[in-house]
Amino acid sequence: MADALTRDASALAEHANRLAEEAQHLAADAAELANRATHTETAQTDPVLFGLTVFALACFVGYYVVWKVTPALHAPLMSVANAISGVVLLGAMIAAGPALLGVSKAMGFIAVVLASVNIFGGFIITQRMLRMYRRKGD
Amino acid sequence: MEASITSFAYLVAAVCFILGIRGLASPETARRGNWIAIAGMAVAIGATMLKPQIATFETVLGGILLGGAIGTAAALRVKITDLPQLVAMFNSLVGLAAVFIAGAALHSPSLYGIGSGDSLTATSRIEIMASTAIGAVTFSGSVVAFAKLHGLMTGTPILFPGQRAVNAFVGLVAVLAALAFAGWSHEGLFWALTLVALVWGVLVVVPIGGADMPVVISVLNSASGWASCGIGFTLDNPLMIITGALVGASGAILSYIMCRGMNRSLANVLLGGFGGETDGPAEAREDRGPVKSGNGDDAAFMLRNASSVVIVPGYGMAVAQAQHALREMVDLLEADGVRVRFAIHPVAGRMPGHMNVLLAEANVPYDKVVEMDAINRDFPSTDVAFVIGANDITNPAARTDAASPIYGMPVLEVERAGMVMFVKRSMASGYAGVDNPLFFNENTMMLFGDAKAMCEGIIKALE
Repeated sequence: MADALTRDASALAEHANRLAEEAQHLAADAAELANRATHTETAQTDPVLFGLTVFALACFVGYYVVWKVTPALHAPLMSVANAISGVVLLGAMIAAGPALLGVSKAMGFIAVVLASVNIFGGFIITQRMLRMYRRKGD
Repeated sequence: MEASITSFAYLVAAVCFILGIRGLASPETARRGNWIAIAGMAVAIGATMLKPQIATFETVLGGILLGGAIGTAAALRVKITDLPQLVAMFNSLVGLAAVFIAGAALHSPSLYGIGSGDSLTATSRIEIMASTAIGAVTFSGSVVAFAKLHGLMTGTPILFPGQRAVNAFVGLVAVLAALAFAGWSHEGLFWALTLVALVWGVLVVVPIGGADMPVVISVLNSASGWASCGIGFTLDNPLMIITGALVGASGAILSYIMCRGMNRSLANVLLGGFGGETDGPAEAREDRGPVKSGNGDDAAFMLRNASSVVIVPGYGMAVAQAQHALREMVDLLEADGVRVRFAIHPVAGRMPGHMNVLLAEANVPYDKVVEMDAINRDFPSTDVAFVIGANDITNPAARTDAASPIYGMPVLEVERAGMVMFVKRSMASGYAGVDNPLFFNENTMMLFGDAKAMCEGIIKALE
């Protein structure tokens, strides 16, 4: 009788143990799922979609701002556009940055030079032109 | 932390660039706007220096200093008349830089965090493909535009049989190369694509002639923006995307304004083969009767006795560098109490705003320079319209003769003025190859000669 009871008790204990283990696994899974869920919601927006959002809004801003430019200043508009499109320099810098010499560093260096010509040349010629525009009596 | 600093700096820079263009709404705010844009660029470059990928500063700083020195020298030395060439050159450089950056991204994608090891994701391949193709076309197209504007090659359209078929074929090959690269990401395919795109850029610009250059320059300016935009997508850099979109929009709007100024569609201009300057006299054309011509003394007499004069400058003024002599002439007339203004046609010259900047260089106050739409209604109350180095943009056939190739193009209605003077080298037709019936009018006086020499002659007679 006592034997049977102890057998039952140990069997029960074993069951309880297994259940506890399973519960632990489930909890871990739940945590993992929750973790993933928060990540996808906050940090991991698709970069292409993000880029497209920025792009579309920037196109609208560009459209409205450029139409406001007075026709008398269309030449400086082109040269300042040259200057700011030299912003590809930021990408070129990263390619030219690593300590190791290599093909991509060489290409990066060339691109750094080209983009810098645009930035400096573009801003300076714009400033030179704008200095010439004056009103009667100025 | 470092990543948020750069992101914030890029946002600041983007706002600065927008404000810089916004400043160009008026000459009074334009200079401040340019300084804001310069500050934005400095912030963006400074923040990029903080990135961990930039392990050695020497190469980066050396490149910036070298390029900066070249750019500064070019911008300080260039003559304002040569501005269209300079803009063409800057367009080409952005295109070439885009090709090299795309090449670097393809070669070591891990640097930009756009792929694991040597394999690129499909999206990255498409982005690299697009920026390379646009960049290469921008580069070679701009080089041809530069050569045409600088007189290194003929400015007239270069045509050969089957040209459109050849262009279409090469364009198709470029598209196939682009698709192949997007599919297999082979470096050989990348360079093949670059090469075909370069060839296509040359082919597209070659058949477009002189007076269509404002459109070509604007389209290439726009293309250089889309190329930087493509690089921005490749490298997931929002500042490059924003800037590229601004530049692309700017060039696109300017192209639209230029096309509207000629009443032609963009496709019509870009397919090329339009016009071609004829240098010989127009004797082969029908006889339209006698032409009244005069010299500097005659012109000075008429101008001095006028109470209101409108000057219409064109590319001929730029070629002859006549803007300074013209300004002197205007000063003398104003001292005599004559009201003088300048009328600007949108496509006068070789780039948008070309005439305005030349007049500004000659110290003509900008409030005396009036756009076409604003001045056309004033011609009936004008005594003398003085057309210097322009032709097609004053041709009344554009309004009256439905058979004329320039029919529908908005023109400056100079024939409504009391009298019209044309400063021209000869009776040759303008770029469109169309005769100007105004030359044969009762109240037209032709002043044959170099624009600058003629202005100097008038100045001598006025003094």
